[in-house]
Amino acid sequence: MTERIVNAGKLIVRYKKLLIGVTMLVAIIAFCTLGMLLYPIDPKAIIFRDLQPPSSTNPLGTDVFGRDVLAQLIHGTYNSFRIGILAGLIATLIGIVVGAAAGYFGGMLDDLLNLITNTFLVIPTLALLIVIASYIRIRSELMMVLIIGVTAWPWTARAIRAQVYSLKTREFVDLAKISGLPKYEIIVFEILPNMLSYIVMCFTLQMAGAILSEAGLSAIGLGPTALITLGMMLRWTIVWEAPRIGTWWWFIPPGLIITLIAVSFLLINNGLDEIYNPRLRRMR
Amino acid sequence: MNMKEEALLRVENLTKIFKTGFLGKGEKIIAVNDVSFFLKKGEVLSLIGESGSGKTTIARLILKLLKPTSGRIYYEDTDIWEISDKAYWRKVQAIFQDPYASFNSFYKVERTLKNVFKLFPDKVSEGEKDKKVHEALEKIGLNPKEVLGKHPFELSGGQMQRLLLARCLIIDPEVIIADEPTSMVDASMRVILLNIFKELSKKADKSIIFITHDISQAFYISDRVLVMYRGRIVENGPVEQILFSPQHPYTKRLISDVPKLHEKFKFTLT
Repeated sequence: MTERIVNAGKLIVRYKKLLIGVTMLVAIIAFCTLGMLLYPIDPKAIIFRDLQPPSSTNPLGTDVFGRDVLAQLIHGTYNSFRIGILAGLIATLIGIVVGAAAGYFGGMLDDLLNLITNTFLVIPTLALLIVIASYIRIRSELMMVLIIGVTAWPWTARAIRAQVYSLKTREFVDLAKISGLPKYEIIVFEILPNMLSYIVMCFTLQMAGAILSEAGLSAIGLGPTALITLGMMLRWTIVWEAPRIGTWWWFIPPGLIITLIAVSFLLINNGLDEIYNPRLRRMR
Repeated sequence: MNMKEEALLRVENLTKIFKTGFLGKGEKIIAVNDVSFFLKKGEVLSLIGESGSGKTTIARLILKLLKPTSGRIYYEDTDIWEISDKAYWRKVQAIFQDPYASFNSFYKVERTLKNVFKLFPDKVSEGEKDKKVHEALEKIGLNPKEVLGKHPFELSGGQMQRLLLARCLIIDPEVIIADEPTSMVDASMRVILLNIFKELSKKADKSIIFITHDISQAFYISDRVLVMYRGRIVENGPVEQILFSPQHPYTKRLISDVPKLHEKFKFTLT
């Protein structure tokens, strides 16, 4: 019994980064999902007095329009997560397709895809996002997801390419070839499953990146105007100069949640890396 | 000339140059340099050479896993690049050096064995597949129930290498290219494997290209020997000729590096 507790303790110590990250993430997700159920105040309803500090009716006070900040935070976190997951998914998928094609087929295709990937990599992402977002007049959640998704894939493509490039020279790929397996089956069923941990890690980083991108774009006024996201909350605090008028309950919570989300994803990514990467594991 | 005519596989002036860098503008590495040889039916041909001598590249070229820079390979007098992939791989198969790396560790070994049925034009029923897999395993001395449901890391090197051999037997090819098949298995398994190869060539009339850096194994198993050095064939002939009158300094060094070779050789021949 005590041995079991000791073993469990050892596991917790070994995977502490991953555990802390997952706990933080679960807490944030619980905050927004449970919050939506248990705190049924409409985040867009202008029904309170403006700029009220936290009180029993408004635990996080109200904003300049007299909307409840906690309700906004709950819905904003939820919407930011949704954008992050969808955009992260798109970016990861494009990265896998481009990276796997470049890595597996090599030659001219590889050179071409590398050229495109490198071009995307050297363009500052935020600048590119601003240009794209200001050209496209539609301000919707879907547009946000697409803009972030189709600009965030290059480094994933590079990472996946390197992995596929090394895996394709393994003997099991040769054996699959001389077993008559078609190329797409070799890539999808032979190579990709062997880098599943890597793909999961890319996806967590992409999600974190997408949530931060959304916040950045929305904060400078290029976000989905009709939607409440963490970025849009920051946007209103900037427009109404919340830090200057000292309404801390309005601008601190969204910034804090964004930071916590980014930190939790980074911890998860780091923790997974320690588990999957034997070199990091041995060093402990 | 007469010998060449009955050749099953013929390699003519084969050259492979690897290029690196953007659009192949970088460094050039000549892995295989103007190599010609042939393989007869039922013959065991050994390809001896140190690492980097180009022997694995030759194996990959023969297996259509690489395109040659120049030169041709003929199977029964047809250029192998004119034969459809699946038809060719039904005739020419391989066993690789590292059996663990040859099986996808993500899946159970059964899946890898059953993948070979994709080579056959007709659809094979599940029952038929099971039957063929079981037959092949029993031929090679493995208990199907013990190995099929396992992942590669749950099996020993010897078991894994025999599974690879069983995979070949299911396909029943004419030529088997064995690329250092004994380097990852323990000593007792080595002899068993070598004897299986010998039997395949002598009883089932299969042709085998045995790639190794171990000259004593090559002498034990083969009818003819090719010695490769830096991408070229430096020695080519029957086992006895190479062993007793080596011409190239590299072959001489190889032979002098094996201490009790002569005694072993006499022993194995009787």
